[in-house]
Formats: sequence, structure tokens, C-alpha cells
Amino acid sequence: MRLALLALLARGPAHGYELKQDLEQTLGSAYPQPNVGQIYVTLGRLEKQGLIEGEDVEQSSRPNKKVYHLTDTGREALRAWFEEPEDEPRVRDEFFMKLALAPQTGLADRIALINKQRRQYLNTMRSLSKLAAAEDRDNRIAHLLIEGAMLHLQADLDWLERCQEELEELE
Amino acid sequence: MSAGTSDRPAPVLRAEGLVKTHYGEGAPAHAVRGVDLCVRQGEFVAITGPSGAGKSTLLHLLGGLQRPDSGSLHLDGECTDAYTESRWAVERRKRIGIVFQFFNLVSNLSVADNVELPALLAGVPPKRARAEREELLAELGLAGKERSMPGELSGGEQQRVALARALVNHPPLLLADEPAGSLDSKGTREVMRLLSRFHQRGQTILLVTHDARLASAADRVISFFDGRIADDAELDGTPSHRTGISGVLELRD
Repeated sequence: MRLALLALLARGPAHGYELKQDLEQTLGSAYPQPNVGQIYVTLGRLEKQGLIEGEDVEQSSRPNKKVYHLTDTGREALRAWFEEPEDEPRVRDEFFMKLALAPQTGLADRIALINKQRRQYLNTMRSLSKLAAAEDRDNRIAHLLIEGAMLHLQADLDWLERCQEELEELE
Repeated sequence: MSAGTSDRPAPVLRAEGLVKTHYGEGAPAHAVRGVDLCVRQGEFVAITGPSGAGKSTLLHLLGGLQRPDSGSLHLDGECTDAYTESRWAVERRKRIGIVFQFFNLVSNLSVADNVELPALLAGVPPKRARAEREELLAELGLAGKERSMPGELSGGEQQRVALARALVNHPPLLLADEPAGSLDSKGTREVMRLLSRFHQRGQTILLVTHDARLASAADRVISFFDGRIADDAELDGTPSHRTGISGVLELRD
């Protein structure tokens, strides 16, 4: 969330609750919403690191609110974030270990492992379809997030299929 | 057996021990190697598996487009094993709607005629056939396309026409063979949405697809490998543990 908050502050100064709302609006209901406490904690850390600065603004009849803005260091950190490509997603390595090691244990059957894993993915896929159907049609970013998750799952399912093909041939 | 199952909807389709081997050049291909399957009224079942697993052959057997080498098939509790070609043709008009990957519309008939044809062949009066057609095309977002020829439509639109044609006689069972297989992602989402909508209204659907996104619209997914059912799972949309959906979506810190 650190860099997401920095990116939102690059648009202009804002206080914690505004940032929460901005984040929700941008990512849509599909994205698990951070609670406001989490946001304040992260803002505190960012300020300590010198990436942002807060300024107390007086409010009549309410406690002061802190409006944050990006520092030059913060802007550099954000620039570096945009500059770097991200790591590739990894193959589900824990499942792969189960699959690789099952035959030596006498405790699990590979095809049963694959079937169980497939059910898990399919159920998640179904939840994602439902989420996509419920999401506001015009929120393109939210839909892209869900579609990205679905395509990753599709790849995982294709790979399970390959595992099953290979392993059934061995039997 | 009847006591335990009496409260469940009746089987629309029941297959026992279906076997089909293709004999071509080279070694015989064992496409379907002993399949038992029951689909109940109102179910939405997807059959998935890699290409070449025999999924399409299975669907063809279930729709009477091919005959099994052995095994038995019941539709609405009625044994079909002695059906002739012509009897199957009649049954497919009334009791089974089918959509295919490549739409299979009649290219020199208009959209309206493509949809009305199966109704007229089934003996529906022309007036009612037209009313059914109008209702379905409107429902599928194709109002105004009645007079178009199939070749003038996009793939997604052609598949919607095919869906209207398959449903015009209100068949108890809809079979769909890779219905999004030749569509782009927008067309795929559209087909998925429509199948879900018809299912919500009670349509029994059996879908064959290699696309897990499409399969996840179903409430039951059968994994088909090498001519056999490898797994048969009811989906309830709740991943069994921990992270589930938020784990998939959460952007890392």
C-alpha cells in the first residue's frame, strides 16, 4: 500500500480518509479494502521515512486533520517504482512440492492432489466471475484487476491439466 | 435407490457405460472409454479437459449426433438406444438444443429464418414461430438484425443467433460445444452472461469447454481426461480455505 499512497499523493495533497476513498474509487469493490487504521499507520511510516510530510489543518468544532504531501524523496521513490519492471508471478510452488514429493510418502495420491487443487481454483474462478458481474460496468480498472486474476487462474488450471496428462501416462 | 433420490429433480439425461472408439488411419482412438453421467433438471454442468480428451465426442453421443459403440442413454427417463436417425432428428428439434463452436447457421437464410426453421420443422404454427423468434432475438440483443444474413454478423452475434435457434422450441436440455471457442474475449463474456441468465430461469445446460472461465459459470464441473471422468465437482464459489479470493486479488505491499 505504501506506493499506492505515494502515487495518490502525487496527484496532490490529501488527508488519510480522502486517500482511502480515492483508493476505493480507483480499484473498485473487487479489491479488498484497506481499513482507515492501516492507512494512517502507513502514512505515519512514510512520514518517518521522509517520503511524505504532514501538516495539521485546523477544523472548526472538530479535531485537526493532517494533510499530507509528497516530498522530493517521495517523488523519487515513486519514480523508481514506475521505472522498475515487476517480478514474474511464480508457479504455485507449495503445490508443486506436494506433487513432486507425494509418491515417496505413501500419504497422498498425485491425481487426487491435482483434483483437489483444481476444485480450489475453480471455486475461486467462480467467485471472481460473480464479482465481475457485480462490479460497476464502467469501472474499467476494477474489471481489469478481476480479469487479470482470472487469466492467472486459467494458466494455473492449464498447468494442472498438463500435470494430469503427463502423470496419467506414467501410470 | 428411489427413496434417497426422490426429492431431487428428475434426470433430464442419464448415460451408462458410454464407449466410443474412432477408427481412422493409424491406431484406433478411444475417445470415450466408459462414461456414466446423470444431469438433473435445472443443473448447469460444464465438462472441461484438454483438447483431444474426447469431450466433444461425448457431447455428440449425448446429443445423438453420434452413436456409442456400447452403453446406454436415457432422455427424460426414456431409453434412446433403439432410436433411428430420423427419430433422433425429431428429438433434437424438441428435446435438445445444441450450439456449436462455429455456429453452424444456414448461410443463405436470414437470421429470422434460421431461428424460425426448427420451430416450423417441429410443427409450430408460423405465427407462433415468429412470435418466439421475435422474443428471443430481442432478449439476445439482436432486434433489428432479423433480415441480416449470418455472414454479415460478427462472431458473437452469430453465436447469439445460434443460441436463439437452439432455444426456440424450449428444449429441456441445452448442449453447448465450445460455444465461445471462436469468439474474442468480449464475445466470450457475452456468451457466459447469457448462459447464466438462461440457467437462472431454469434451463438445464451441459457445456463442453476448455476455458475454465466459461466453466466456472456452471454449478458443477466435470474434468474429462483421456475419455474418462477424472473428477466431478459441485462448485459453490467458496474456495475451501484461507486466502481465497482476496488472496488472488490483493496487491502486495
